[in-house]
Amino acid sequence: MEGNYDKAFENVVRLRVMSILMVNEEYDFNSFKEMLDVTDGNLASHLKNLEKQEYIEVNKSFVGRKPLTTYTATKTGKKAFQDHLDFLENLINENKS
Amino acid sequence: MKKPEQELAEIKSMMERSTRFLSLSGLSGILTGTYALIGASLAYGWIYYPNSPIGPPSTDYNERLLHQVLITALIVMVLAISTAWIMSQNKSKKNAHAFLSSASKRFAQALFIPVLVGGIFCLALIMREQIEWLVPATLIFYGIGLVNASHFTLSDIKYLGYCQLFLGVISAFLPSLGLILWSIGFGVVHIIYGTMMYYKYEK
Repeated sequence: MEGNYDKAFENVVRLRVMSILMVNEEYDFNSFKEMLDVTDGNLASHLKNLEKQEYIEVNKSFVGRKPLTTYTATKTGKKAFQDHLDFLENLINENKS
Repeated sequence: MKKPEQELAEIKSMMERSTRFLSLSGLSGILTGTYALIGASLAYGWIYYPNSPIGPPSTDYNERLLHQVLITALIVMVLAISTAWIMSQNKSKKNAHAFLSSASKRFAQALFIPVLVGGIFCLALIMREQIEWLVPATLIFYGIGLVNASHFTLSDIKYLGYCQLFLGVISAFLPSLGLILWSIGFGVVHIIYGTMMYYKYEK
């Protein structure tokens, strides 16, 4: 069977984070927090997890005096997500036939 | 593991929601509308006063008057765009969001391509002295821009766009109502829309 079920995306927060980064060149921490409705700590640990697998990259800067942390998906991350999507699609197709 | 259909639906909805620009401020809509009404009142004063704005102009058409009105319109536009820009930037800063995100760029692109083309078109109208077509042209191009941009922000903005399109088309048939319809579109409708957005999302 084509595609690959990726454990990294088993968690819904990580799945959502990666979905967002597939269509946004970069996305910042607070926007993630609002969009996903999760706590700082929870979000941070999932982001850390994705970062450790080298699926996303972190970029820190400042707006005025507030720190701004943005994230981008790496090539590896995009590939992994695409494989995960393929897996899901194939699963659906198989169930149909 | 969830059902794959659910998981795909989840991914799709996240992709859609996250590409929208959400820092447009309702208050800037109210201010923009106010500038437009002030500009339109000035134009009324120069062109029609003391006649009614539907009635015959009180002065004959002349170049100086035309320049006065066009410069006022230009100032209104610059003020409106910079107000919307600055207030959205503040709103982004307050919520610690990136202001120049891919969502905001897509939004601006969708809005300003029709608006920019409209601007050039209006320039041609002015140079060819088709002044009465400026009202429908500005309303219609702006309306197209808004409807186009509604895919990239809170979708309520499409109703603002429909209103401008409707008024623009009417004004093309009824040139004598030009100034009134323009004031309704850029003034009154903006203020109503801004107020509704403010109460719906910012209160």
